Amino acid sequence: MTRDVAIIATGTANTASVSAAFRRCGCTSRITTDRAEVRETGRVVLPGVGSFEAGMAALRSLGLEETLRKRIDRGGPVLAICLGMQLLCSGSDESPGVEGLGVIDADVRRLDADVRVPQFGWNMVHRGNTSLPDDGYAYYANSFCLANAPEGWKHATTTYGSPFVAAIERGSLLACQFHPELSGSWGARLLEGWLSRSEAGIPC
Amino acid sequence: MLTRRVIPCLDIRDGRVVKGVRFSGLRDAGDPVEQASRYERAGADEIVILDVSATPQGRDTATETVAAVREVLSIPLTVGGGVRSLDDAQRLLSAGADKVGVNSAAISRPSLLADLARRVGTQCVVVAIDAARRPDSEGWEVVTRSGTTRTGIDAIAWAADAERLGAGEVLLTSWDRDGTGEGYDLDLLRATSAATRLPIIASGGASGAPHMLDAFNAGADAVLAASIFHDAVTSVADIKAQLARAGTEVRL
Repeated sequence: MTRDVAIIATGTANTASVSAAFRRCGCTSRITTDRAEVRETGRVVLPGVGSFEAGMAALRSLGLEETLRKRIDRGGPVLAICLGMQLLCSGSDESPGVEGLGVIDADVRRLDADVRVPQFGWNMVHRGNTSLPDDGYAYYANSFCLANAPEGWKHATTTYGSPFVAAIERGSLLACQFHPELSGSWGARLLEGWLSRSEAGIPC
Repeated sequence: MLTRRVIPCLDIRDGRVVKGVRFSGLRDAGDPVEQASRYERAGADEIVILDVSATPQGRDTATETVAAVREVLSIPLTVGGGVRSLDDAQRLLSAGADKVGVNSAAISRPSLLADLARRVGTQCVVVAIDAARRPDSEGWEVVTRSGTTRTGIDAIAWAADAERLGAGEVLLTSWDRDGTGEGYDLDLLRATSAATRLPIIASGGASGAPHMLDAFNAGADAVLAASIFHDAVTSVADIKAQLARAGTEVRL
């Protein structure tokens, strides 16, 4: 069976790496900005590199804010990566006054002042109660993070200065602060896991 | 805890890996796709590709090489060499680079860093600084054009400026040590590390794990090496095992 993945092009993300990672998982991946594709494709990925403001501006100009919220409300499989995860939150220290998608009811804050920023490199993810394959090293490239998971969400943690939310999950929505597409074989197993859990596609 | 990174560097020209002391005396050292995968399997934390072609045709080939490496590589890929504009950067990012390294173009036009940061994000912008000790005074100056041009610009101050302009990481090569195997320039690392909060990749001079350990102690977040891996003097796996034994946190 073909596993279709639509990767949203917000203009700045490393979509080539994301797309290659899904091809290695045997998926057909398309990079898209099309509302119908984001609504209907079996699986949707919201990647992101760059600023919170630019990411939200891209989603807004493409008319994808509502489409994504509705898809998530209906339980349609979505994987958000790095800035993609932050865009799901209510707002961010990075861009005061800019509203996020508000799916995750929490604000993104700057990493601690006493660590090198951005956090570039591999850090340990403790899977907590999430469906991640196991504890493992993931690749990070972030200056901002979600400090705590709001109630009702499963989450994994990593420590850089202080502990922060490495990944957050509810149903078939999985959001990772790290880059699974760049996290070697551990990341590949994570993607496989999300693909097989979201096998059922979008509930009607 | 954030681990320390070990990064093999592939110098490529016309679709092949080449080696030599930077741009002189280049010889063929294999297929970039095969080498990049081999390094990933051996535990490399990241791969840097440096395009050392000098021609427009060479640039096109490099873009194809980046795409071919991306297809098999599931760790981060930084590409540098000849990035002179936003378009150059976009072309490499679209081909599959996760970060682009900017060197001489940012020296002659510092606003390029700011433009890049705005357009592709700080996390994708690596400022590559080639630094040489000043012959007759304290400190280091930036060199360009394969070390043939001494710019007079203070390397440490440039690292701090690059951070302010929007670079997300510093790839710091000691021109005095590059290719010598005498170890990284630790004074240069200490001075740069004190001047910027950006992560620093140490480059130039490593011949083994003890040099890398010294670099980490001097403030490097990552170490880059080329010849010792190409020549199979040692492997990434061996280096990381030695680092771990010495108490450095690495991804094994």
